[in-house]
Amino acid sequence: MRVALFITCVNDTLFPGTGRAVVTLLRRLGVDVEFPEAQTCCGQMHVNTGYRDEGVRLARHFVDVFRDYDAVVVPSGSCAAMVREQYPRLAGSGAAGVVAGKAGGGGAGAGRASGFAAAAAETTPKVYDLSEFLIDVLGVTDVGAYFPHRVTYHPTCHSLRGLHLGDRPTRLLQQVRGLELVPLPGAEECCGFGGTFAVKNPDISAAMCADKVRNVLDTGAEVLCAADNSCLMHIGGTLHRQKTGIRVMHLAEILASTEHRQGGSR
Amino acid sequence: MSRTFLGMPGIASPGKSGQTFPGNAARAVQNSQLRFNLRKATRTIRARRASVVNELPDWAELRQAGKAIKDHTLRNLDTYLIQLEEAVTKAGGHVHWAADADEANRIVAGLVKATGETEVVKVKSMATQEIGLNEALLEEGITAYETDLAELIVQLGDDWPSHILVPAIHRNRSEIREIFADNMSGWGRPAPDDLTDDPAALAEAARLHLRERFLASKVAISGANFMIAETGTLVVLESEGNGRMCLTLPETLISVVGIEKLLPTWRDLEVFLQLLPRSSTGERMNPYTSMWTGATEGQDFHLVLLDNGRTGVLADEVGRQALRCIRCSACLNVCPVYERAGGHAYGSVYPGPIGAILTPLLRGMETELDRSLPYASSLCGACYEVCPVAIDIPSVLVELRARARHPWTERAGMAAAGWVFNRSGRLARLQRIGGQMRTMVPKRLPGPLSGWTDTRDLPRVPKESFRDWWNRTDGGSR
Repeated sequence: MRVALFITCVNDTLFPGTGRAVVTLLRRLGVDVEFPEAQTCCGQMHVNTGYRDEGVRLARHFVDVFRDYDAVVVPSGSCAAMVREQYPRLAGSGAAGVVAGKAGGGGAGAGRASGFAAAAAETTPKVYDLSEFLIDVLGVTDVGAYFPHRVTYHPTCHSLRGLHLGDRPTRLLQQVRGLELVPLPGAEECCGFGGTFAVKNPDISAAMCADKVRNVLDTGAEVLCAADNSCLMHIGGTLHRQKTGIRVMHLAEILASTEHRQGGSR
Repeated sequence: MSRTFLGMPGIASPGKSGQTFPGNAARAVQNSQLRFNLRKATRTIRARRASVVNELPDWAELRQAGKAIKDHTLRNLDTYLIQLEEAVTKAGGHVHWAADADEANRIVAGLVKATGETEVVKVKSMATQEIGLNEALLEEGITAYETDLAELIVQLGDDWPSHILVPAIHRNRSEIREIFADNMSGWGRPAPDDLTDDPAALAEAARLHLRERFLASKVAISGANFMIAETGTLVVLESEGNGRMCLTLPETLISVVGIEKLLPTWRDLEVFLQLLPRSSTGERMNPYTSMWTGATEGQDFHLVLLDNGRTGVLADEVGRQALRCIRCSACLNVCPVYERAGGHAYGSVYPGPIGAILTPLLRGMETELDRSLPYASSLCGACYEVCPVAIDIPSVLVELRARARHPWTERAGMAAAGWVFNRSGRLARLQRIGGQMRTMVPKRLPGPLSGWTDTRDLPRVPKESFRDWWNRTDGGSR
């Protein structure tokens, strides 16, 4: 099985530690993961902000890069949801044709668009969030991790309502030796990140995060864990500004931790 | 073409420059009373809805049925509307067609004038709010009295509704006591002198005030939750009994109903009488469900079928699903943005997630306010999950964002990001520059990006990107 890592642009640029943790974890489980270097961004920011043409270009690039792999592992719920939920819609919306038409001149448009639709249909079912890949593909819940800390888990909207990850991430966390998992009140509520929403509606975004932070503080946890670093960048940035002393860690960083090596250096 | 009017000329006037959702919301989040009321009310209804929905084993099937019935009806709307008109006419009612708000208001004003009356009682109705009927009637010398308790509070307070189902959700009981004590006398029977803010006392004051109004009124105006094409029956769901008073007592009944409120058959109603109460008030069964077919003995009946932008929405392949909406407001109650911004920030009688799509779909995105509405969401998906007719609100929001005109600074930023992401080499070079300049990143960002750093610290830029680490170490093996 050829397994590719789609690191995501945010992790690649700002949180390489998460990527290193995924590689460490998968190697430990016997998966020889590859990193196709041509990868960039799934296009979520462009599409969700209203720049569909640019987003479709990036989506097209994504399926070109990953279509030949048997599985694509993504350590980000929202990027995985973007590919799985939105790519088929983009391929069917006619936007794909519009972009191709602009780039290649009218006639070539339809052919290229249907090429994207086919490639997207072929590629998107093979895209897995990390916890899905571990549990559904590899069939493991105990990944041999050790992390002796009090942790609370924020499920993130796109993991919860987009990918329907359910309790996969917490099942993985429950098997981590030494880890004390405390439930997060109001866990299913959005933290207020929402991509460019955080900048376009900063007041509402901050008000939402204030409630999320209060809930996190109420747990008495020392670590807030999630499967998406963009949400964690937002909640973590607020926790840091408010000097709460709570650190945020991606799920992969906790799962990669062992007695000999603790993850989470940011 | 004149812009479709959707009410609320006073608050957040859509034409007024500088009105945007983020601006309105920024003021709302600092209003502690509003935040407290909204938080308490939305969370209470949300929990109640969740418990009565979860007890139904076939909720998912009901939801799919609701969606399918509405889609079928919308696809064949022309046929069913004619069928409805025939059935209502046959049952002694009069059917009027209104293309927009002005025409509907003219028709209703004309019908009221023909009775010689200058006062009408109203059943709570979104359609009449949408067209600004009360204001239009006032210009013709006709006073419309709202009889729903929350609408009464809004009307007496010279205020605007902030929720589809609970229009006075932004008011608490001491505010309501003040409104009743100060303003009830100007509209009819005054509030008792010793009025307290005890909910039972407030309800009793409203009951006495309204009872006199019901008994004196000769004309009533309503909307309808559903219209049955095969029988010509109209259906109104309410919780206070005021609707039943208005629908049965007056000599003339005028109902203003959006053309999308149709259901083909009586049997279809069964699905919606389960979906609506559980989604809206969190009740298993609706308290007062009134149904009538055409004119009943001693009462003239007029039905005004309202388009006001709906045909345009029906022609919109992505947006048309918004016409499935049954105005339950489950999406408002679950929305984290609505909970903190309140209804007035949306500048339309349709607030919350459904308003963020319905308002721009109905009246376009010509103003700054209307262009900002599709962005009034973090795309968290909670609205889609609770919608009883499965309107994929996040997808429609994303579609509308693609159609909106964007500010040039944002266009430039997005074009630059797109250029970088088009080639992995460009991304890698930019990451290396970022790594070298990592200590020079300011704590506060300029311009629109200050929205991030006003309340959050930035993450530390790493020395080395993931891709450079991969290449340097051969995927960690060196």
